[in-house]
Amino acid sequence: MKPCALAGFASEAPTFSSLEALPGDLSDWLVSFLPDIEWLRWLTASLLAIVLILTVFGLTFAMLTVTERKLLGRFQNRYGPNRVRVFGIRVFGFFQPFADAVKALTKEDIVPAAADKVLHLLAPVCLVAFSLLGFAVLPYGREMTLLGNLDAALLFFFAATSASELAIFMAGWSSRNKYALLSAMRALAQLISYELPLLLVAVPAVMLAGTLSLQGIVLSQADWLGGILPHWNILTPWGFAGALIFYIAALAESNRCPFDLPEGESEIIAGFLTEYSGFKYALFFMGEYFGMAALAGLGVTLFLGGWTAPCEFLQFIPSYLWFYLKLVAVVLSFMWMRATLLRLRMDQLMRLSWKFLVPLALVNLGNAAFWQFSSNWEGAWLAARWAISLAVAIVPFLLLAKTLTAGLGPRQYRYA
Amino acid sequence: MFGTGILKGLYITAKNLVGSYHDPERLTTEQYPEERPKLPENFRSFPFLVFDGENAIDGLRCTACKMCEKECPPQCIYIVADRDENGKLMKRPKVFDIDISVCMGCQICAEVCPFESIKMDHHFEVATDNRFEKLLLHREDLAKPNSYYHSIRPTEAAAVDAQLAEEKRKAEERAAARAATAKPVPATPPSNPPAA
Ligand code: SF4
Ligand code: SF4
Repeated sequence: MKPCALAGFASEAPTFSSLEALPGDLSDWLVSFLPDIEWLRWLTASLLAIVLILTVFGLTFAMLTVTERKLLGRFQNRYGPNRVRVFGIRVFGFFQPFADAVKALTKEDIVPAAADKVLHLLAPVCLVAFSLLGFAVLPYGREMTLLGNLDAALLFFFAATSASELAIFMAGWSSRNKYALLSAMRALAQLISYELPLLLVAVPAVMLAGTLSLQGIVLSQADWLGGILPHWNILTPWGFAGALIFYIAALAESNRCPFDLPEGESEIIAGFLTEYSGFKYALFFMGEYFGMAALAGLGVTLFLGGWTAPCEFLQFIPSYLWFYLKLVAVVLSFMWMRATLLRLRMDQLMRLSWKFLVPLALVNLGNAAFWQFSSNWEGAWLAARWAISLAVAIVPFLLLAKTLTAGLGPRQYRYA
Repeated sequence: MFGTGILKGLYITAKNLVGSYHDPERLTTEQYPEERPKLPENFRSFPFLVFDGENAIDGLRCTACKMCEKECPPQCIYIVADRDENGKLMKRPKVFDIDISVCMGCQICAEVCPFESIKMDHHFEVATDNRFEKLLLHREDLAKPNSYYHSIRPTEAAAVDAQLAEEKRKAEERAAARAATAKPVPATPPSNPPAA
């Protein structure tokens, strides 16, 4: 059977286990039933891969919504949704997303009379589409990348996902509602502020791997020190600092608490969602979760070693499962953050990005350059390399934090 | 240090997450339909009419004095007094309707009623599929026995019973006294000349 290596989940590399190559083999097997026309097979293989990704992430989205609600409940000593039952089976309320979907589909779709009808309709669609584009280049496993080893994968990812903010602006503008417009402006300001640190901390990973291809970045981390300690970027000083900055910026990019200013229920109703109802509203949620999952996937790829196993002997677990596990772990930590932190004010949001994250990201760039430069230091020099790099990561953080928070707290509350 | 506040917060929420699974004390939510809420005695939903004895309509304490009807702020009570064939008031309602879609549960009716007749109920599951007919409660729906009143708010009901008994005793005493003083009246001729 000729492996269909043109697109889809190509099986090129030597296989580690039969499970590892399962998706690729399965796709090859299905495609082998088709007549031997190159473009037809290519198209089918690509479609199969797309369908697989959409199914997996669609179900993940459904489960994430209910998990988030349940976890938020638990974080606040509540039960969270636990009522929905199908045929008398309750399963702790995990059927909730299906009930929600039915509800969203059957609800009336209200379009404001003054709204720009076309944009109003297109905005949710665009949001979902742009968020999904990011999934095209993520390396899901050793042999699973949809767009193969696209050379400019990282570039493509940022171009595609930051367009989702455009969809939010479309929604805010077309609603012809002042709250929606305010929220759209907030969303754009937030995007511009946080895209910068996000890009700046992605650069070191590219620098050290020497490639913009995400698969290449993962492969550069696919090594273990003594078989136990992975060579993940997060385990280096610059990688740790970068991962933290990336984490904060990713939270802001995906408009999640504590950076959910565009939605800000308590200030501007529901922001750009104010004039949406029914399935369009559900689409926005879908787009937001997809965007979040895609950014988490990028974070995993850049800093957490992508699909590589944390220890060498754990490689018997297929790489795509590792990727999935890490991604879910990062998304769960996003939920933890949401349960813990309060929403920022607009000026705090701006200050955090421009005065704090951007300078730190720039320093981090220098730190990574030093790390690369000193990659052949040995013995005592190795200790010096770590010491210098750690100092470069921590000292600016402390200094900046000190100057920025001077005179800002702790606050004394006086009651009238 | 910068950022430690966030870590502290994360620790607290994590403690909630873990704690809520092994320590049910933390979860204050009542799982409502299965777990019935324990209502405090003074909880109030909508008014009902107390009756004594066996027959719901004959035993009604209400005398159709219409005090509650006049006082009700949203004007959701409608009363028609019952009359006998001579057109004499029978001191009982022929129609007593409360539109609970309008009632705001303010308890003013219960406060003003001089006959301890109208009281606030604990029953709150009043949802129906017709807001015009089924939310308009009639005399028959509103009448509930005194024992029910005792079951939902025992303290208040006991006080009301004691007060009613006291009033009844006083009324009987007065009647007895009047009977005692009334007897000699026809014997003695009126000392005052008839009013001009
Ligand atoms: S509780 Fe208030 S609103 Fe309701 S019937 Fe009595 S007086 Fe009227
Ligand atoms: S319920 Fe009380 S206040 Fe209202 S009409 Fe009857 S006796 Fe009078």
